[in-house]
Amino acid sequence: MVKGVRGSLLAATLLAVTGCAASDRAPQTASDAPAAAPDKKPDRSISDPYPSTYHAYPAAPTAVRGVTVFDGEGGRIEQGTVLLADGKVERVGGPDLAIPETYRVIDGTGKYLTPGVIDVHSHLGDYPTPSVAAHDDGNEATSPTTAEVWVEHSVWPQDPGFTRALANGGITTLQILPGSANLIGGRSVVLKNVPARTVQGMKFPGAPYGLKMACGENPKRVYGAKGRMPSTRMGNFAVDRATWAKAVAYKKKLDSGKAVDRDLAMETLAGVLSGDILVHNHCYRADEMALVIDMSHEFGYKVTAFHHAVEAYKIPDLLKKEGICAAMWADWWGFKMEAYDAVPENIALVNQAGACTIVHSDDENQIQRLNQEAAKALAAGRRMGMRISDEQAWTWLAINPAKALGIAERTGSLKPGKMADAVLWNGNPFSAYTRPEKVWIDGALMFDALDRKRRPVSDFELGQPGEGDVK
Amino acid sequence: MIRALMLSAAALIALPAAAQDIAITNAKLVIGDGSAPIEGGTVVVRGGKVVAAGARIAVPAGVETVDAEGRYVTPGIVAAFSRVGLTEVDAVSGSNDRSAPRTRFSAGLDIAPALNPMGSPIAVNRAAGVTRAIVAPGGSSNLFAGQGAVVDLGDDMAMVTRPRALEYVAFGEDGAAKAGGSRAATFLLFREQLLAARSYARNSAALAEWGNDAMIQRADAEALVRVIDGATPLFVRVDRAADILNVLGLKRDFPALKLVLVGATEGWLVAPQIAAAKVPVLVSPLTDLPGSFERLGATQSNAGRMTAAGIDVSVGVFDDDDAHKMGYATQYAGNLVGLTKIPGASGLSWDQAFAAISSAPARAVGMGDRIGSLKPGRVGDVVIWDHDPLELGSRPTAVWIDGKRQSLTTRQDRLRDRYADPVEGSLPNAYDW
Repeated sequence: MVKGVRGSLLAATLLAVTGCAASDRAPQTASDAPAAAPDKKPDRSISDPYPSTYHAYPAAPTAVRGVTVFDGEGGRIEQGTVLLADGKVERVGGPDLAIPETYRVIDGTGKYLTPGVIDVHSHLGDYPTPSVAAHDDGNEATSPTTAEVWVEHSVWPQDPGFTRALANGGITTLQILPGSANLIGGRSVVLKNVPARTVQGMKFPGAPYGLKMACGENPKRVYGAKGRMPSTRMGNFAVDRATWAKAVAYKKKLDSGKAVDRDLAMETLAGVLSGDILVHNHCYRADEMALVIDMSHEFGYKVTAFHHAVEAYKIPDLLKKEGICAAMWADWWGFKMEAYDAVPENIALVNQAGACTIVHSDDENQIQRLNQEAAKALAAGRRMGMRISDEQAWTWLAINPAKALGIAERTGSLKPGKMADAVLWNGNPFSAYTRPEKVWIDGALMFDALDRKRRPVSDFELGQPGEGDVK
Repeated sequence: MIRALMLSAAALIALPAAAQDIAITNAKLVIGDGSAPIEGGTVVVRGGKVVAAGARIAVPAGVETVDAEGRYVTPGIVAAFSRVGLTEVDAVSGSNDRSAPRTRFSAGLDIAPALNPMGSPIAVNRAAGVTRAIVAPGGSSNLFAGQGAVVDLGDDMAMVTRPRALEYVAFGEDGAAKAGGSRAATFLLFREQLLAARSYARNSAALAEWGNDAMIQRADAEALVRVIDGATPLFVRVDRAADILNVLGLKRDFPALKLVLVGATEGWLVAPQIAAAKVPVLVSPLTDLPGSFERLGATQSNAGRMTAAGIDVSVGVFDDDDAHKMGYATQYAGNLVGLTKIPGASGLSWDQAFAAISSAPARAVGMGDRIGSLKPGRVGDVVIWDHDPLELGSRPTAVWIDGKRQSLTTRQDRLRDRYADPVEGSLPNAYDW
C-alpha cells in the first residue's frame, strides 16, 4: 500500500492487488521435487515448463512438548506434544504422547506452536528491496490484460524480504502476485519460504497457479492516464468481458480437439475456466465484488479469493454463499478512495458470517507480523462482542489461506501427514511481545533465534553493513 | 519581536474549550517520563493542566473523580513525526495537503492553515489514544519542505498547539534529488540558503543579491533565520551513517542549529557521535529492510542500540502510513519490548518504550515542559486504557485533551454498526443512521 515515504503514492498504490479459489491437489511428498504433471496434460513443456526443484532440507526427528498448540484448523491443545519426522507432522497430542528416544526434544513450556504462517498476498521478489527502479518487476503495465505473464519470471530469490518474513513473521509459504495495474495481471506463484539460488528452488511442488485480477481504481487510472481503455469502471468490465469471451471461445476450440496455435494468455485463461488456475481478485468495494461475481458466472469461472476486500463486511453473506475467501488487512484505510470505508472489524465480521477469512499483508513489513495484524482484528471483533477464540483466529493465517492456494491437504495445519511447516513462538503469538523462536519448513529447522547460524543472509546483504544482524 | 508575536498567537489558537477539573484515581499510573507505572496512582487535572500525579495524591474538594479500577492511565500518545491533519484520502489530491511540489516557496511554507481538525483521521487516531502530533510538511519543489506544527487531536476547531514548531528538510537520496542530483549539491544548497538568509537578516536588501543564486524567497529567508538562530528546531530526514555524520557536521558552520534527526536508519552505526552531539532522534523503529542503498544497515534493534548509547530516541510511525494509523505507535513500542528477549537484539524496557511515544517526542520538539507526560504543569492529555497500552488490540476507554473529555466515536464505528447486520430489513441500510 503506502510503501514508505520514499515511494510515490502512485507507485505505491499500484502494488495493491489479488484473489483465491479452492481445489486442493492430492498430497505429495515434499521430496519428490518436480511436481508431477496432471494426467490430462501429458506434455509438461506446456503445462509445467518451469518445474519446481524445491526439496526439503535434512531434518532431525523433533518433539516439542509442554507447548500450547493452535492446530490451524481451530483446535487448541494445552500441554501439547507434537512430533515432526520425515518432513511431516507425525503425531499431535497431549502430555501423554510418547516421544521416541531418538528425537530431539524441545521444551515448549510457556511457548506456542502453530502451523507456519501463510501469506496469500505478497510482492516479495517482484517488488524486492532495495526498492530501486531496476527492481520494479511486478506490473507489466503496457496492456490492461496480460494473462500471458508469469510472475515467477520476475521473482528475485535474493530479496532480503524473504529472510525477514521467515525470521520475524514465521512465514513458511507465500503467494507472489503480479501487481494491480492490470485488470488481468498474470499468473502468480506459490513459494516455500526457503532461500534458493533459483525461483524454481522455492516453488511449492504441485501448488496450482493463481491468476491475478484487479478491479477498481488502479487499472482505470493507469490506462486512462495513457489515453486508452479502460478509463472507467465500466471500461474495466468491458475489457474483462471481452477477454473472457475470447477465452471461452479458445477453450471451446481446445476442448473440441482441434489444433490451435499456442496463445500464452489464452492458455492461462483456459486454465482458469477449467478450474486448474485459481483467481485471486484485487477488489476493495462491495458493489464491485458483487459485479465480479456475476461476471464469473457469466463466463463460467470461479473467484477463489477477493484480496484487500476492505468492504467485505458489507457483503459477507454473498461471499459465504459463493464460497469465496476474503483476504484482508486489519486496519489499513484512507490511502485511496476505494479504501475509505475500511473498518477495523472487517475481518471479524467476515469470520462471524461464516465466510472464509484470511489476513494478508501485501507488504514487505507487515508480512513480518501477520500474527499481530490478526491479533488486532481479533481484538476489534471481541470489542464488538463477538466470541472468537485465539485458535479460531489462527485459521486466518493457516488453513484458510492454504485453502485459497489449493494446498490445504498438504499444509496449513498441524495434522498428521501434513508438511511439517511449523513455528515455535516464545509466547502467545497474539502478543506484541512475542517473536518466533524456531521455524521449521518440511521438518527442517530453517530459523532459530537462539542460533545465529540458523539465520539466512541473502546474497544482497552479504558483505554489507549489518550482515547477519538480528534485523 | 517576531518570535514574541508568534508565541502569543500560538497561545490564542491553542486555548482549550471547556476544560473540566478531574481526578482519575485507582490507576496503574504511567507518568511517561520513563519511570515505572505507579499502582493505585492518581492524576489531577485542573484548568486543562496536570496539577498532580503519583501515589498518595489527595483529590481536591469539588473535583470530579473517575475510578480507573486499576487500569492503565497514561499521558496521551504524541505522534513523533506525522502528517496527521494534512490529508483525508491520500490518493485524492484535493484532500491531500502534505506536499506543495509546484510552489515557488519552500522554507517559509507554514502548514498550519492546511490542517483540518474535522478530518476523519483526527478522530480515528484520537480513538487510538493519540492526543498530540508533531506534523511536518511533506516537501516543496526546493530543498526545505517548510514549517511544521505541534497539534492536538481534540474534537474541536482549535488544533494548533504551536505553529511553526519546526523546519523540515530531507538529506540523503531525497535531498539530493531536490538539490540537483547529488549529495554534494544538497550540502552546498543548504549552506547557500542559510547564508542568504543570514545576510537578509542583516540587510533585507541583500536578498536581491543572494536570493536568486540561493533560490529562496523573502518568506523562506525569514523562516531560515529562525533556524540559524536555533529558535526553530530543524528536523532532518537522514538515514545513511555517513550522511548522519555530515549532517551533525552542519553545526560547525551554524553552531546554533537545533538538529533533530528523522529516520536515522543507520544511526546505530554512528551512535556514539550522535550521542556526543546531543541530538535527539525520531525513528520508525520496525524498518528493518534495506529499502534503498542508504538503509543497508536497517535493523529493528536501531532504537534499542541508540538508546543504550545515550541518545534521546522517540518512536514514531512514518515509514508506512504517517497520517491515518498513528495508533501503530503503541504496537511498535510493544515490539521493541519484545525484542529484549531475543539474543543479539536490542530493545527497550516497557518504561523506556512508553516514554519513547510520549515524553521523548515532546522533548525533541522543545515542548517537554508542556506536553508528553503527566508531570505537573503539562497539558491535561490523559488516557485510560482497557489493557496494557503497548499490547495489541488494547484501546482507550476514555481520553481527555487539555482536560476536556473527548468523543471516541469514529466514522468507522458508524459504518461498522450499520453493517453489523448487513442484510437489508424493511428499508435499505441507508435509512439506518
